[in-house]
Amino acid sequence: MSSHNTPPKSGGFIPRDRVWQPDALTPPYKTSVKRSPQSALLSFPSTLSEETSPVFGHNLIGDLDNDLIHNYAQSGESAIGPRIIVHGRILDENGRGVPGALLEFWQANAGGRYRHKKESYLAALDPNFGGCGRTITGEDGSYEFRTIQPGPYPWPNGMNDWRPAHIHFSIFGHGFAQRLITQMYFEGDPHIKLCPIVGILKTQEAIDALTAPLDMNRTVPMDSRAYKFDMVIRGRRQTYFENRAEGL
Amino acid sequence: MVQKLDYLRESPSQTAGPYVHIGCTPNFAGIDIFGGDLGTSMKTGPVQGTEITLKGTVFDGTGTPLRDAMIEIWQPDAAGLFPSLNETRGTPDPNFTGWGRSAGNMDTGEFTFETVKPGAVPFPDGRMQAPHITAWIVARGINIGLHTRIYFEDEADANAIDPILTRLEHQNRIPTLLANKQSDGSYRFDIHLQGPLETIFFDI
Repeated sequence: MSSHNTPPKSGGFIPRDRVWQPDALTPPYKTSVKRSPQSALLSFPSTLSEETSPVFGHNLIGDLDNDLIHNYAQSGESAIGPRIIVHGRILDENGRGVPGALLEFWQANAGGRYRHKKESYLAALDPNFGGCGRTITGEDGSYEFRTIQPGPYPWPNGMNDWRPAHIHFSIFGHGFAQRLITQMYFEGDPHIKLCPIVGILKTQEAIDALTAPLDMNRTVPMDSRAYKFDMVIRGRRQTYFENRAEGL
Repeated sequence: MVQKLDYLRESPSQTAGPYVHIGCTPNFAGIDIFGGDLGTSMKTGPVQGTEITLKGTVFDGTGTPLRDAMIEIWQPDAAGLFPSLNETRGTPDPNFTGWGRSAGNMDTGEFTFETVKPGAVPFPDGRMQAPHITAWIVARGINIGLHTRIYFEDEADANAIDPILTRLEHQNRIPTLLANKQSDGSYRFDIHLQGPLETIFFDI
């Protein structure tokens, strides 16, 4: 039995809030119509299969992996566009920083063009911009990377839909149940309220949670502006009383 | 009024979009960077247990294969131990990563994982679960990543007493969670996002 001085144990993951999260079927985002499961999801408490996760060490990361201005550029050159720093923390639902989380991010160039063979937008490629980077969070869950601000771009959905400028994030925490992909938008972008993909979010609070404010305190004078973007992944229940096989 | 609970809300999910490969498998997408893509190989040396090849395709509601999906799998080693910091039950196979990531074939969308047959892992109440692999699917048009499980058709005895499989209301959907052994010895696990063969997806 636990004594009063024993810290609480980690229970399973807090169930995902499926009311807060977007639905699978969102017809204004047309591709979701034939790619959304129609049956109810099967709900179960997490098990070891979801409470464990692979380990990504800091030695995985190269010096330029978190510098999109230079990680694809020719020596002595750099990507074209407004220079920005994106920084923030990965937190769990209990408000604690998540150290050692793998973040991968990708984006269009300053003209709104992706480096991809299926990309058909006429904006020019930047020969010095690949569009991807990665990093691992520090002890307090913090991260930062340097990039150029991506441009908005048109996409085939309605006849005249444009994505707001955005950066995609993939987050790998400490349990496979925490796996999450999301997007960061920029404060003040008028495309945010017009976009059918943003539109799958159910509340203004959810849109705000994905909108990064300009952070003048982290701006580097005469060098780069900064945007702050925190992300939250699922947390685990803390409990003295975990009803396992032996019962209580 | 009552006190406020000071929990944070999980960040809302957004689709991985059509260019998830740029971010997660850039070398596959033609961007030569990072010295290779993560999750390409699940083995770093000779592994314990039975080596298997797992193949499959993700289909949309019209039966069209997805060619812009990303599939990740996570599983224990042949002894049922996870190569994870959270594994406290023993020392896992040092040559097995447990984690694979596939962009699928550029033309057909078919994914392939070279892995090992997983060992059994206990359910929270101590009962053993049937051997399974956890899978996660993202793509353009998928608003929040889909979790499912890959069980094995040739583990009928273990499947028959699995704590999750036995509690399913629609037992006739269990085949959507079973990898089937093919004549070439590989296992096949197709994923159907919609339709009569719709895969069971988990909220777990």
